[in-house]
Amino acid sequence: MPRTRAAARPAPARRVRLLIATRKGLWTLTSDVARNGWKLAGPQFLGHILHHAVCDPRDGKTLLVAARTGHLGPTVFRSLDSGKTWKEATRPPAFGEGSGRVVDHTFWLTPGHPSEPGVWYAGTSPQGLFRSADAGATWEGVAGFNAHPQRKAWCGGDQDGTPDGPKMHSILIDPRDRAHMYIGMSGGGVFESVDAGADWRPLNKGVRADFFPGPPPEYGHDPHCVRFAGGNPDRLYQQNHCGIYRLDRPSDAWQDIGAAMPKAVGDVGFPVAVHPRDADTLWVLPMDGTSVWPRTAPGGRPAVYRSRDGGKTWKRQDQGFPKSQAWWTVKRQAMSTDMRDPMGLYFGTTSGEVWGSRDEGRSFRCLARHLPHIHAIEAWC
Amino acid sequence: MTARASREAAIVVRVQIPSPLLSYTGQAEVAVAIPVLAPELPPTVSSVLAALDGAYPGIRFRIVDEQRQLRPHIKLFVGGQLIRDLSTPLTSDSEMMIVAALSGG
Repeated sequence: MPRTRAAARPAPARRVRLLIATRKGLWTLTSDVARNGWKLAGPQFLGHILHHAVCDPRDGKTLLVAARTGHLGPTVFRSLDSGKTWKEATRPPAFGEGSGRVVDHTFWLTPGHPSEPGVWYAGTSPQGLFRSADAGATWEGVAGFNAHPQRKAWCGGDQDGTPDGPKMHSILIDPRDRAHMYIGMSGGGVFESVDAGADWRPLNKGVRADFFPGPPPEYGHDPHCVRFAGGNPDRLYQQNHCGIYRLDRPSDAWQDIGAAMPKAVGDVGFPVAVHPRDADTLWVLPMDGTSVWPRTAPGGRPAVYRSRDGGKTWKRQDQGFPKSQAWWTVKRQAMSTDMRDPMGLYFGTTSGEVWGSRDEGRSFRCLARHLPHIHAIEAWC
Repeated sequence: MTARASREAAIVVRVQIPSPLLSYTGQAEVAVAIPVLAPELPPTVSSVLAALDGAYPGIRFRIVDEQRQLRPHIKLFVGGQLIRDLSTPLTSDSEMMIVAALSGG
């Protein structure tokens, strides 16, 4: 596929801000657009377990945070003034009474289509899809998924899935069509809806599922993170439990692009990040998926790997990183890119460090350390 | 923390609030009025939680899930006794304590 670089230019901005959702609260890192110096602020929600904090790009000032605490049930907090003040959702995501299902935590937040201001989607653990039409104040279950007759077969039991609970993530809204959506589920796989969530179908052809016997099934896979390619919503990239994949629609068969990764590094990881204007450029952050799955930087030598040709080839980028004894784990929501040119690339570790690059991964430096376990980072420009 | 019957056929229950929920109430002890619909239909623990949620919106869902079950690390004591059944009736001298129990690091 020819390299595509969209004509759109970065939006003017006076600063770059990172929302850092951790196991113990919310912090922000703010810099001018040159990204020379960063100022750490926080915590907000100290002691709350935050799985995601997201800014609404449609207005630039609405923030939503998915929260719970060790004792208390899950909720969503919302700010309409860029984080100065917060209010709790009056009806947080919750399954229907009598369904037998209980939301343990909201895991993922996605602003809706630009034509629907105030619409947001939330993915929960265990797997559930919820929609808000009032900027996060109240949430309703998306019955087309939550009550789908195949849902249990797709997802397995609520006790299955990742160690901290099965989850729905990577809720993607096609920027050309608000009714066209994708979701990722661990476990379950990638699913597509073309009718605003009224119905869903599995979209996992070509993806390995090494934890099942026999040929890969239609569903039951473990996508860790799925993203639209920058500027091209007909292409998706996926970091899966079993490799790295690319999907070019209208095909429904994923191509294994992890096979080109160095064998000694492997193709296991959690996040995938994309260049906002170049559909051929993406980054992954490999982790050790051998033996008992340490899920740490392979060999204690962390690196991101960048492809500029849609995954045909990969280049190691590790300038600025420790050269040894750095056993980082980076979770699926914890790598993000900004809209600047050159683009900034950021990620946070479970050991509480934030690393950033202002030159598209050519060099990195540590922007913050000693934070709690980082669940998610989102660049907010 | 005692409950008493009011002239409007209601009892007022004083509830002790644990620190994780102080962001809702702002105080460690609050009083909520529970209507008594009929002598044979005494207020229950569930009706106290509903009244609490009316006064402090959102607090109930943090301690009771959507299937009307207490969340794993929340305990309720009424009159010093551990209560697991939210349909437990309250007597005129009931008192309630919400406890956020151990939940890990």
